[in-house]
Amino acid sequence: MKSSRRSFLKIAGVSALGLGAKPIIDVFAASDEHGAASKPQTMKGKQAFIAKRWGMVIDTRKLTSEKDLEPMIEICRKIHNVPEFEEKRHEIKWIWAEEFKHTFPTQEHAFLDEKVEHSSFLTLCNHCEKPACVRACPTKATFKRQDGIVIMDFHRCIGCRFCMAACPYGSRSFNFRDPRPFIKEINLKFPTRMKGVVEKCNFCAERLAVGQPPACVEVSDGAMIYGDLDNPNSEIRDVLRSNFTIRRKPALGAGPSVFYIV
Amino acid sequence: MPNNQTMYDKGKVVVGLCIFVILVTFPVWYNLGKAAPAPELVLSDKAKAAKECVEETSYMKAEHMQILDVWRDTVVRDAKRVYVNSKGKEYEMSLSNTCLDCHVEKAQFCDKCHDYASVTPYCWDCHIDPKEMK
Repeated sequence: MKSSRRSFLKIAGVSALGLGAKPIIDVFAASDEHGAASKPQTMKGKQAFIAKRWGMVIDTRKLTSEKDLEPMIEICRKIHNVPEFEEKRHEIKWIWAEEFKHTFPTQEHAFLDEKVEHSSFLTLCNHCEKPACVRACPTKATFKRQDGIVIMDFHRCIGCRFCMAACPYGSRSFNFRDPRPFIKEINLKFPTRMKGVVEKCNFCAERLAVGQPPACVEVSDGAMIYGDLDNPNSEIRDVLRSNFTIRRKPALGAGPSVFYIV
Repeated sequence: MPNNQTMYDKGKVVVGLCIFVILVTFPVWYNLGKAAPAPELVLSDKAKAAKECVEETSYMKAEHMQILDVWRDTVVRDAKRVYVNSKGKEYEMSLSNTCLDCHVEKAQFCDKCHDYASVTPYCWDCHIDPKEMK
């Protein structure tokens, strides 16, 4: 009896050891036989711009008239195939001009400088820290990327427009009609949208991926600055340090990543 | 004891059954021998010269939809735009810019099989076929 219990424990111990070692052996076997090279992989492009949290500063002192805003709006339309509808209610907005009272509604008062009151401000998706649209979206078609960009997966959008109701900045537009016939000049490198989906600014994610700045920043002649808000040494942080900036409707707590020097 | 073997309205039932069977099998024998021939794909010169797609041809034939599905999710969600295939070659993951760059003729390539298989993927509602735009 004694000896049989002892041999049982021995065998049990050895088998436990063997079972425990199997996962480790598997790992080694896998890396030997298949190797990483033979499995298809996906990665970021080598020139891609990478950040922890993308943000933008708009220097409204340099953009005094509505005409100054046009190049930015125009280039965005052109490269993203944004349609132009005659009817205001069908309008698709990625980046657009807005009055002071609509840009900063809580800052408006009766004695405002007339120049400020009547000038136009450049508005776009704020790529919020806590985006309300993302919480509202029932299909996860809109989501916040690792680098802070709030972006849409048009494949998943079912057109429920909850995100439009949730966004406090009016940055989202719905395609009530097929947009294709209303695109002046189609950029073949970028998809269009279809009827029934919501769309908005994507912070030029497709340009950042190939090492180009957002198109609006590029044509803004220094009036727009973009960069990594998370990096204290970045240009944008330098601008934010040396200028007083405001954000749109900060009290709502969405944490917009677009700052304005007024 | 009643005779259980008797079939009431035998004539009507049999005729009815015959008509039923004929009707149900109608699509089968009506289309017999009329099957459309499998489509012959026309490869563009560029695709012929490249010899191989992003993966092996047999794999692409069977799995291109899975690859495209992975591509669209990785590009949009993970911000990764480069695909390294099993041979280590790099490609941009883009339907309009990579696939259509070689397979120039969408009508001769995509549509031929999709029409035959009666599938209507909605890629082209948004993605642009440059040929169609001109």
